[in-house]
Amino acid sequence: MMLEQDTGLSLAIAQIVQRLKGSSLHSQLERQARGSLHKPEIKLESLKEDIKDFLKTSGWEKRLQNAVYSELNVFPSPCHPAAPPEHMKEPLVYMRKAQGSWEKRILKSLNSMCTELSIPLARKRPIGEQKELFNKWNEMGTDEPDLSLFRPVYAPKDFLEVLMNLRNPNYENGDQPSFRNHLGLIQVPLKVKDIPELKDYFSELGLNTGQLGIDDSTQVPPELFENEHVRVGQTVLTEQDSAAAQQYVRQGCPTALRAELWALILNISNQPEDVKLTASNDDYYFVFEDYLYQVLLCFSRDTSVLEHFSYNSATPPKSYIRGKLGMEEYAVFYPPNGVIPFHGFSMYVAPLCFLYHEPSKLYQIFREMYVRFFFRLHSISSHPSGIVSLCLLFETLLQTHLPQLFYHLREIGAQPLRISFKWMVRAFSGYLATDQLLLLWDRILGYNSLEILAVLAAAVFAFRAVNLMEVTSLAAAEAVLADLSTLKVMPLLQIFLFATVT
Amino acid sequence: MEPPAPNPGHGAGRPMATRPAPCTVRSPVALQVGDVKTDLARPGVAVIDVALPPAQPLDLQEIVFKNSYTAFLTVRVQRRHPCDVGRASARKWVTCLWNHCLMPSPHTEAGSQDYFSLFRHQLLCDVDQVTAVRLILRQPSPVWLHFTLEELRLYPRGQQSLQTDFPSWLSHLAPQQQPENLHGGVPDPEKVSTEVQQLWVLTEMIRANQTAARIGRFDVDGCYDINLLSYT
Repeated sequence: MMLEQDTGLSLAIAQIVQRLKGSSLHSQLERQARGSLHKPEIKLESLKEDIKDFLKTSGWEKRLQNAVYSELNVFPSPCHPAAPPEHMKEPLVYMRKAQGSWEKRILKSLNSMCTELSIPLARKRPIGEQKELFNKWNEMGTDEPDLSLFRPVYAPKDFLEVLMNLRNPNYENGDQPSFRNHLGLIQVPLKVKDIPELKDYFSELGLNTGQLGIDDSTQVPPELFENEHVRVGQTVLTEQDSAAAQQYVRQGCPTALRAELWALILNISNQPEDVKLTASNDDYYFVFEDYLYQVLLCFSRDTSVLEHFSYNSATPPKSYIRGKLGMEEYAVFYPPNGVIPFHGFSMYVAPLCFLYHEPSKLYQIFREMYVRFFFRLHSISSHPSGIVSLCLLFETLLQTHLPQLFYHLREIGAQPLRISFKWMVRAFSGYLATDQLLLLWDRILGYNSLEILAVLAAAVFAFRAVNLMEVTSLAAAEAVLADLSTLKVMPLLQIFLFATVT
Repeated sequence: MEPPAPNPGHGAGRPMATRPAPCTVRSPVALQVGDVKTDLARPGVAVIDVALPPAQPLDLQEIVFKNSYTAFLTVRVQRRHPCDVGRASARKWVTCLWNHCLMPSPHTEAGSQDYFSLFRHQLLCDVDQVTAVRLILRQPSPVWLHFTLEELRLYPRGQQSLQTDFPSWLSHLAPQQQPENLHGGVPDPEKVSTEVQQLWVLTEMIRANQTAARIGRFDVDGCYDINLLSYT
């Protein structure tokens, strides 16, 4: 921001090129270019142009375009050259400090648990155990080690307490209620979108645009929308265009095309990666539990995940092997991918098991979803898709559009965020029916933003407003909102954004 | 084959000298009517005066700073004119930037702690031979306790703040291609591609790679025995 237009663009280009240089796409492009030298249409006097044309016609230019588009989506715009690296992780100093304190608390908790139970954090498996694991790799869900003594490292509730206590030291945080204090639980003044801005941002969800989740219901003749939408989806897949796919899924993915469309948007190639997952060809043994264990175990050891910490406000925990405290050559990250999971973490993976049956693909999709979206749900940052912004967006929407309900719930000691927080932290996984959840996650991918989670949370409260107005305690409010499994996500969103009279 | 000499660069392609001009930045002074000590209302306007060494007027290229909750910025400069020599009369202040927005939504955080650059071509007037700079900060929202600018630096002409290592090819994005001189017959394509490959490898070696190679291993010497996590 504020940089001279050309320098900003040059900086962005240089950074993207730098990142793509190390990728397998780069070596593949080189190989293709070299291989093309044998072709008769490649002439030496116009070598450069001919190779460029070849790459275009063979589809490799499109793959490069998709890779560039992916980089633009994932990485934030380049910072001012004077800004230190932590500024890209999180620009606000007090948020960085809060994240640091929170991390320290988690580390202390982990350390004391290990000391109490006298177990090391990591050690090499004895040979017997290795053999056992190898044999049981495909059945891991059924043979659990005794985990009864282990407490979850933290639950979403603990995290919410931290977020409630976030304060900007330069903000007038008076005790007296005033226009400066927010009525909800979140007290930091982040910019969140209001309804007119959300209507504009989510314009493809409007009443006059066809949606899967609404216009594909049994009463609606498929010629009106569904057939054409499926046809367009197939074209997008044939063209293998990431940007077009991202635009397309804003109106929802046809079930048959969803797996491929998501892979295209997340730029997951069809080449199997060298992930140490044994592919189970035995369909009868297909149990999600196994997949979850396999995926999460591999995820925890995947050092490529460490790259996302350049734009994540969190920092991977460090340790030293062989007791060599403070000696950098013995420093390692723990876990190897730097991500300490929390209670319910596996819920990020479970819905994907419905889409991807091939373990390598499942793993890559999950990893990409994590480093693009899910990490923002459990780290403290000022990013518009970060959990703090989502909480504030939810509370602001509710106050603005259902002021009576908000006031009532506050009065009875049932701050709405206390109920909706767990939904948003898990991106609604485990709360909605799976087909509805996938329609919701279509839009997360389509808009490259998690803000839809906050809008849905507010829409759910709006839907159950009549019942909520009659409750007189937090427990009763929780009961009204305990079961979301019958909800239809798209009509709720559409009505809340486009059909609510204010 | 001899490695090609690195292109000395046309501005981009090597680290820039990062020497800001010497100057004295005074603390911000709030503009307030009434007694500063007893008045409870926030002024919302502050002024930062920057004095340059008296005999060294500056040809200003760039102003760089880190924002700290300032919403709008106005910049005024005092310039030395050739006809001023010998005259002791007050020099005129000229506005070179007016009400530049740093925080699009002053009640909220966006832009509050970002880094900014102001280049000479963005300014409203000529900024050569500058002898003093005055920054007028405005923060209309009363929710913030303090507002100011930090890490203020002025860069003279001929030097820019950008330290980025731009690869030299960026300045030659669409070079003029001279047709190959084919006097000695058509060169062997295999030889050509090998040379191109070697050139590429050497370019990579010349440019320091920032990220460590991802070999996927996380242990050190085959060991990953950890007992406790570190707090630092």
